[in-house]
Amino acid sequence: MGNFIFKRSLQSVLSLALLIILVFFLARFTGSPADLYLPLDATEEMRDQFNQRFGFDDPVYVQFFRFLGGLLQFDLGESIQYSKPAVEVVLQAFPTTLMLAAITMPIVIAVAIVTGSLAAFRPGGLFDRIASLISLIGASTPNFWVAIVGVIVFAVWLRVLPTSGTGTPWHWVLPVAVLCLRPTGVLVQVVRSSMITALSSAYVKTARAKGVRARAIVFVHALRNALLPVITVASDQAAGIVNGAVIVETVFGFPGIGKLMIDSVLLRDFAVIQAAVLVTALAVFIINIVVDITYALVDPRIRHS
Amino acid sequence: MRSSIHASGTAEMARPAQATPSALRDIVSSLLRDKVALVSAAFLAIVLVCVALGPTLLADQARAMNLMQRNAAPFSFDRPWLYILGADALGRSVLARIIVASQNTILIAGTAVLTSLVVGGALGLVAGFKEGAVSAILLRLADAIMSFPSLLLAVIVLFVFEPGVANVILVLAISRVPIFLRTVRAEVLELKERLFVTSARAMGASTWRILFRHVAPMVLPTVINLAALEMAFVMLVESGLSFLGIGIQPPEITWGLMVSDGRNYIGSAWWVAFWPGLVIMLVTMSLNLFSNWLRVVTDPVERWRLQTSAE
Repeated sequence: MGNFIFKRSLQSVLSLALLIILVFFLARFTGSPADLYLPLDATEEMRDQFNQRFGFDDPVYVQFFRFLGGLLQFDLGESIQYSKPAVEVVLQAFPTTLMLAAITMPIVIAVAIVTGSLAAFRPGGLFDRIASLISLIGASTPNFWVAIVGVIVFAVWLRVLPTSGTGTPWHWVLPVAVLCLRPTGVLVQVVRSSMITALSSAYVKTARAKGVRARAIVFVHALRNALLPVITVASDQAAGIVNGAVIVETVFGFPGIGKLMIDSVLLRDFAVIQAAVLVTALAVFIINIVVDITYALVDPRIRHS
Repeated sequence: MRSSIHASGTAEMARPAQATPSALRDIVSSLLRDKVALVSAAFLAIVLVCVALGPTLLADQARAMNLMQRNAAPFSFDRPWLYILGADALGRSVLARIIVASQNTILIAGTAVLTSLVVGGALGLVAGFKEGAVSAILLRLADAIMSFPSLLLAVIVLFVFEPGVANVILVLAISRVPIFLRTVRAEVLELKERLFVTSARAMGASTWRILFRHVAPMVLPTVINLAALEMAFVMLVESGLSFLGIGIQPPEITWGLMVSDGRNYIGSAWWVAFWPGLVIMLVTMSLNLFSNWLRVVTDPVERWRLQTSAE
């Protein structure tokens, strides 16, 4: 297991390095921050001073090596818009996004497993048809639109939920509901097809022949074997939210990492972009490792050697 | 070439490869039998008509501001029929705008998917057939693109280069190439061990001939199916980009952009944001349902099962 984690880490470090190089140089193509942060009539002197303070006066490759040097000391530079270390800015925004993911994913997984399993128990039956239709609608709906319709119905018409902000638990209801929709729709379909395969296998027939109760067959015998593809898809979805639920964060004014990333690109706050990409990539890496370990726990045939 | 795949998949293996008319009839009758697929196909056909004719017929009505109809509510029958879905804050007909915007929305998603299909498909054929350094590099590149937060890539690229139609298509296409590459490669890896490839090689066919005459047609059904699903996904992503203001820019219109415009009026005129989003949802659903049906029709095993159960 240790060997496996080491190998995976090595691979991840490689693709992370590629990612960082890309972000570093691409971001600098967007233009000079001095144009954005200094008044239009700024003198040449003021510009020089600004560039010197944030190190933009050096050639790009010198800036890159300085960035790498800082990385070794966990120093990711200073944010221009907040005048604080970039790491601090990112770590302030990240908990909100992590919290969104931590509330959303358990709901998605629980709903999808129960609905998908019940639908698979009698394929083509009434419950299956209704579940399939609803999950298809969920998977097909653009989430920015649901967010807006949700605001119209629950905040403008019924006035039972707030439109945006993060103050009370009520502020989390709409965003989480919107975030759940598409992943649940997709995951129900995955669970359903995976369960149909599992339910038609020989060991399920054996269990039936032995007279095991239907509920036990579905949720004990079949489900464990149907879980692998479900874990794969669910982990992709979790990684997607951790990478920034940009649209939901934007519509509901959540100060999460997705919104921070987009804002930082628009405001040419390079240090924050780099720090945000690093932190989210690290989080996604941890998710992947946990998922690989879960694979081995769910299916003992998988040994990571 | 495609008809021969269908023909060889049916129960009557003896049917000649060029039996196109009857193969076509089979497909049509299977579409008529499947009500859900029929409805979604019909809806997609209507959308395609809008894409083809909408802008030429309704471009003026979509742009014309009419202060008499400002924020006109939907379903009020004393107004002209064009205002059946209401009008926006400038008195422009929502229906006309949806029809005109269909061209941008569908063509952008379609071109992006077609590009990633051709590029990803060709690379996938190569990566599957020739193992070794080339294949390894292609796969690592695909991994890198997949692991990149695609929205961030889109934001940066569209911020560096201006967010015109061509750049939006390019960003969308690049981010979807890995999907096609991996799918095609996986199919090719399995296909190249089959007997017909060995026989073709024994008869002296070149690698290129084997790839494009023998292997590619076998992969095509899977790829077309995937393309329908990807089309739905790419449309959602493009709408999201336009919604965030980094995709297509006004005065061009797409459905995503219309939802974004309507966001400012949700208190007073909900219909401006509601209808375009509903259309996005309906098109996405239809594409999903249609591709489900397509999978059954193009998969010889499932098709055979369907035909025997129908008889």
